[in-house]
Amino acid sequence: MAEALATLTELSAALDAGDVSSAELVDAALARAEASAGRLGAFLSLRGEPARAAAANADRRRAAGERRSLLDGVPVAVKDNVVQQGEPSSCASHILEGFVSPYDSTVVERLEAAGAVLVGRTNMDEFAMGSSTEHSIGGPAHNPWDTERSTGGSSGGSAAAVAAGIVPGALGSDTGGSIRQPASFCGVVGLKPTYGRVSRWGLVAFASSLDQIGVFGRTAADAALLLEAIAGHDPRDSTSLPEPAPNLSAALDGDVAGLVVGLPREYFVEEGVDPEVLACVREAVAELERAGAKVREVSLPNTRFAIATYYLIATAEASSNLARFDGVRYGHRAEGDGGLDAMYRTTRSEGFGAEVKRRILLGTYVLSAGYYDAYYRKAMQVRTLLRRDFEQAFRGCDVIATPTTPEVAFRLGEKTDDPLKMYLSDIYTVSCNLAGIPGLSLPCGFAHQMPVGLQLLGPALEEARLLRVADAYQRRSDFHTRRPPEPA
Amino acid sequence: MSPDPHSHYEVVIGLEVHCQLRTTSKLFSPAPVTYGEPPNHSVHPVCLALPGVLPVLNGHAVDLAIRAGLAAHCTVHECSIFARKNYFYPDLPKGYQISQFEDPICTGGWVDIPDEEGKGTKRIALTRIHMEEDAGKSIHDAAVAGDATHVDLNRAGVPLLEIVSEPDLRSPAEAVAYLKTLRAILRYVDVSDADMEKGHFRCDANLSLRPKGEAELGTRTELKNLNSFRFVEEALEAEIVRQAQLLDDGGAIQQATMAYDPSTGRTRVLRLKENSDDYRYFPDPDLVPLRISAEQIEAARSSLPELADAKRRRFEQQFELSAYDASLLTESRALSEFFEAAVAAYGPAKPVANWILRDVLQALGEQEREIDQVQLTPEALASLIRLVDEGRTNAKSARGLVPDLVAEGGDPEALVRERGLEAVSDSGVLEAAVDEVLAAHPDNREKYQAGEKKVVNFLMGQVMKRTQGKADPGSVREILLRKLEE
Repeated sequence: MAEALATLTELSAALDAGDVSSAELVDAALARAEASAGRLGAFLSLRGEPARAAAANADRRRAAGERRSLLDGVPVAVKDNVVQQGEPSSCASHILEGFVSPYDSTVVERLEAAGAVLVGRTNMDEFAMGSSTEHSIGGPAHNPWDTERSTGGSSGGSAAAVAAGIVPGALGSDTGGSIRQPASFCGVVGLKPTYGRVSRWGLVAFASSLDQIGVFGRTAADAALLLEAIAGHDPRDSTSLPEPAPNLSAALDGDVAGLVVGLPREYFVEEGVDPEVLACVREAVAELERAGAKVREVSLPNTRFAIATYYLIATAEASSNLARFDGVRYGHRAEGDGGLDAMYRTTRSEGFGAEVKRRILLGTYVLSAGYYDAYYRKAMQVRTLLRRDFEQAFRGCDVIATPTTPEVAFRLGEKTDDPLKMYLSDIYTVSCNLAGIPGLSLPCGFAHQMPVGLQLLGPALEEARLLRVADAYQRRSDFHTRRPPEPA
Repeated sequence: MSPDPHSHYEVVIGLEVHCQLRTTSKLFSPAPVTYGEPPNHSVHPVCLALPGVLPVLNGHAVDLAIRAGLAAHCTVHECSIFARKNYFYPDLPKGYQISQFEDPICTGGWVDIPDEEGKGTKRIALTRIHMEEDAGKSIHDAAVAGDATHVDLNRAGVPLLEIVSEPDLRSPAEAVAYLKTLRAILRYVDVSDADMEKGHFRCDANLSLRPKGEAELGTRTELKNLNSFRFVEEALEAEIVRQAQLLDDGGAIQQATMAYDPSTGRTRVLRLKENSDDYRYFPDPDLVPLRISAEQIEAARSSLPELADAKRRRFEQQFELSAYDASLLTESRALSEFFEAAVAAYGPAKPVANWILRDVLQALGEQEREIDQVQLTPEALASLIRLVDEGRTNAKSARGLVPDLVAEGGDPEALVRERGLEAVSDSGVLEAAVDEVLAAHPDNREKYQAGEKKVVNFLMGQVMKRTQGKADPGSVREILLRKLEE
């Protein structure tokens, strides 16, 4: 299957040239997804018939000269917490097992309007809570580079599906790094847009003020195409920004001359970071410098509070967002006739996994009378300080570069017994969500035979700038073209 | 029998009113606001709290909240915050209610209510007005739900105002007067239909007693869901009796939520508040702060109609009406407008006021109609009064026509003619009738001439009877007196 590791841009060109049909691409994607199901666990469900029908329609449009966009006819995968009408959306949770959404998310509507063919729904940590895609009713997702290792999470299924060449692009969601960390672990590009850039209508909420839908691709150019299709104001999301969808592809000119790359001193400490990871990141920054960029040190002084702040705000919001899963209207309801309180207790005890319960309990505590001021209110104040850190830092640089994660993909099961260690692995990614700014991870080398990610952070609404830098780097490197080992 | 609690305790009452805003769609959902639809027919994914849905604030509801706040003299804030009130209940689909907590849309303000003597007014201060969404309805009725509970979410998400008063009310009667005044204000400015039977206007009351002269407030209890004016008065009175008895016996009041049982006329404890509810309020991250510009507030202020209290004062001065009559005529905007239109068509205000307050209101009461549902036009009322003034029919006949005019409308002059109610003023007919009556009661002439003047009334009645009530009373009296003097 020659097209397996082609980029979205290449596939689109092949469709235009008539070298391949959408029907063939979609069939191949479905076949690869099925063949790899046991080995990778990238999908929770596939859409065989509707995807094939959509592909046939795309082929007809293209034949009639009515191609909707570059995405028309291209297979794409969507994370299971982004609802699609008529499709199951369990969010990898027992409590939503069997739930079928009666409505479409905005991003699904927009992808379909662009002609993209949605082939399936990808694996994730339950309700997007986790950094390993191990907390899933579908079983863990496996890293295509080493199936004994984690894909990262929570959008691990989407990252694995793109890394393994099942689909050229996918959607994920990122609350504290859930796109960038798995992109880093799996060696693909992952972009979390500015908060409010992409509508959250139809994204099952984890932490509403941090959640943002974003994209995975093999290249910055592919990520740009996908983001262009889904971004832009949506009146159904009150937190959606009024800006129209940006033209990102036009920004990819390969030019970074004079661009100032900031390296936050608090992120480049030797302690707690794999030195091989750090070496790859430094080398990637040096490559940008050789391309004409300037490098300077910046400071994000409140970084040490980021993890604590993140876990206070995210769990508080989650405890409230997940209250609707009560067994009354949809999803799992426990058997028994012990009355209302027993129904709630048993339904939620049976329905949620341990990590979700842990966060609901933490969040409930954080918001409780007598603790609210000490925890939630204080965390919101620190969040303002973190936002100011970035505003200050961006006065002295155009983008900030950091490692995406302190280490490469860990082994499955390695951190499941130590939640705190798992939380600390989000150290480089959570500040971006707290500040609401865009962040991107792209492959920048290998350590211990596993991919390493370079994280680029930019000021609000500057996705184009991040993509331009990433694209310039990819023109000068080939890490994004390396392919994971074929199955034995 | 314990002594009258009012003799040694001062009653302290504060009210929380939930008032449904008159919008066509819900507060955060495009679903329509309806009444009487089959269960779960006025819903949308947002009202059902399906995974992934988001709230979007209804701008019209905000406009109405601003109007209500201005009408109650509140400060309308340029920034207010929606917060989540978290608790589990089957008719609360999200597991939280979107309300306002730390930063409500309105604070302060007041309502002037008629004082107990009915002469002046008493000012009741408001604490705040905030916006929130209603919950759905749990149906425990065994005939419908058997052992189970059914949930109807038609009402879930309907926009409400919660209007909280200071504990300024000192009796159940004052509480009712406050509620009636507040309801009138909300109707005046078209914020709410405030129909209590449809649950548009619901009341919770906080009540405590303290020994007369004591400054410190006593422990209060909360009475929930008082859904008619009568219940409010009865329930508060019952709770006063309960608390007074407890205090008289040396007991202490426990903070509690109470329910009133109309069948026993008593209040009972629903639940104690020792473990105070923790609703874990926090700003709703799905919504942005509500910003209202100063221009928007001023535009709302200039679009407000003349309010009830201002209009009442104007009626007293302009039309020389009593405070009581003026307050009755301004109770609803429609009634006050009917009155002013009728005065414009007729001339002097006093007779118009009398006809409306006596005959029109009586007909409305009997027909269970509101003033905006009458067929009688202000112009028709004016012409009816004029027919009496001109002696073309008598007052009694005219008053008898009011219920039909209210129900069916029509031209009073034509109606008088059709029903043969024209006053008999033909002097020949009247002279003959008087003669017949005097002949039938000869002793009355003597009595009259002996100074017993009140026989005139009896004789008048006899003449009216003989003319089937159609005689013009003025003409009859004139003829009768002339003949008696002969």
